[in-house]
Amino acid sequence: MAKPFSIRHQPGFTAIAALCFFALYLPILVLVVYAFNAASSTAEWGGLSLKWFQSAAQNTQVIDATVRSFQIAATAAVIATIAATMAALATTRTPPYPGLTFKYAAINQPLMVPEIVTAVALLIFFSRIKIFTGYSGLGYLIAAHTAFCIPFAYLPIRARLENMDLTLERAAADLYATPWRAFRRVTLPLLWPGILAGLMLAFVISLDDVVITEFVKSGGQDTLPTYMLGQIRRGITPEINAISTAFLLLSVAIVTLFFFVSRKRD
Amino acid sequence: MPEKPDRNAIEVRGVRKVFGTGENAVAALATVSVSIRENEFFTLLGPSGCGKTTLLRLIAGFDYPSAGEILLYGDDIAPQPPFRRPVNTVFQSYALFPHMTVAENIGFGLEMLNKPKAEVKARVAEMLRLVRMEQLANRRTSQISGGQQQRVALARALAPQPKVLLLDEPLSALDYKLRKDMQIELKRLQGETGITFIFVTHDQEEALTMSDRIAVMSAGRILQVGAPRDIYDRPADRFVADFIGESNFLKGDVTGTDGGRATVKLSSGTEIRASLPEGFSPSGSVTVVVRPEHAQLAAADGGAALQGTVENVVYLGTDTHFHLRLDDGVPFIVRRQNARGGADSFAAGSRAGVVIGGDAAQVLRD
Repeated sequence: MAKPFSIRHQPGFTAIAALCFFALYLPILVLVVYAFNAASSTAEWGGLSLKWFQSAAQNTQVIDATVRSFQIAATAAVIATIAATMAALATTRTPPYPGLTFKYAAINQPLMVPEIVTAVALLIFFSRIKIFTGYSGLGYLIAAHTAFCIPFAYLPIRARLENMDLTLERAAADLYATPWRAFRRVTLPLLWPGILAGLMLAFVISLDDVVITEFVKSGGQDTLPTYMLGQIRRGITPEINAISTAFLLLSVAIVTLFFFVSRKRD
Repeated sequence: MPEKPDRNAIEVRGVRKVFGTGENAVAALATVSVSIRENEFFTLLGPSGCGKTTLLRLIAGFDYPSAGEILLYGDDIAPQPPFRRPVNTVFQSYALFPHMTVAENIGFGLEMLNKPKAEVKARVAEMLRLVRMEQLANRRTSQISGGQQQRVALARALAPQPKVLLLDEPLSALDYKLRKDMQIELKRLQGETGITFIFVTHDQEEALTMSDRIAVMSAGRILQVGAPRDIYDRPADRFVADFIGESNFLKGDVTGTDGGRATVKLSSGTEIRASLPEGFSPSGSVTVVVRPEHAQLAAADGGAALQGTVENVVYLGTDTHFHLRLDDGVPFIVRRQNARGGADSFAAGSRAGVVIGGDAAQVLRD
């Protein structure tokens, strides 16, 4: 019996969707499963065990790298979000003028320039400064991460601002609110979900970065991703799987948290 | 209702507003002057793009005039930012703060004026009572209807007791029935609060119903200022006559003037008496306006001022419109109120005369 025609059912789409989900999630599933492998190689299955999680948790290099990753991500995300908020206000609160598109492009530059180019440029640039100042702390990594996080924080904030009714700020001004108080009491509360989204996104992007970090970091400044990359060069143990799994859970937790925070605000 | 003193709340003096520069410059307001009296319901009426909203925005402070002064009880407020002007606005879109409750919205202005908490609370309660919204004080503004949002917007703007309340087409988003109710509500609020209202609308009926005085605007100019009856009965120029109500226009020549009235010889040959706009003494060719309900039908060839043929009879319930073609080819409409059981005495195709009473005709300025 022929099915009635429906625009909502296209032949083959279900199969394509299934294939995509399969390709996306199967490798991750395998990775997670092998994190609980008792054997000391990913090539064989030695039964269920949590020993690689314990081993990772006791590995001081892993702990150092994790703490460093969080320090960098937290600092860079906060600075980037503040800068992005100001940039978003500046680029949405005026009528369009020639040069505005150029400003968008300049702000979003890290999305367009190949990351490896930025990485090499930063490596050369920062090495000069290192020689000149003698400073070789986390500042370079934080500066680099802030720079490439800005567009990720900027996009959701701008989207939120563009949907905001400008009349609301005018109404606040009409009701005796000075520009600062109008911003505090009206613009900022309405913008808050956008700012939170930007902050979370910037945080996750920074946490995840390998290329720029690998080039910019000084000795002993491994972040979690660069540490994992270094380990893989020496042969994969299930400990990497365990770290990856923990990392995955953390990301899911952040996204879930954001989902609930933003839903409550709206 | 308090006695209306003859004091000006707002004086707009030679205000001009130009948008853009150089070749792209557009004068949204071409040197406008008008005085708005204390405790008056004053309406700026005109089609979209006539400059009425621009003038309102200049008084509110959302824009600054290119030239001229705006005096609020004698002080020039034109250079002040909006948050320093004791003037509040009801926005067309209401612009209620979506993250605040009804009560928080109403209290916002007082809070920004740093009034003590107890005073804010008392005043908010008073405002809620005034607009009959006591039950909804703790609702979010997204959880109330359009008409309720409208009343919250009003209460919010009235709460700080502004010297002048500006209303930017606040009723345009409401449906017909609600709009009628709000017209009466607004008039009541104006009476009860004794605050000067400046109301912007493109709806002539709204303007005629609510206003103490109306300024009719077109293309950045104020064409006529007057009480609704003046504007309707004695329109000063063709635009005003055309924009407000229905009009018959007749061409003629002035043959004599005396004390604000003229004798006009119409192109049909008959002479009629017509009022003149203030300070206007024309000679030669003029246009005369007659409202459809100010003329009467009479038997043909019975000595009526105009003669013609009835082309169409439109029954409208309360009244009937007779569409005539005068003998010189000019269309003319006569409106007659219907009496119960009355028959249409002039059928389409019949000959009829048109009587123009002593005070029915008005000479236009152009």
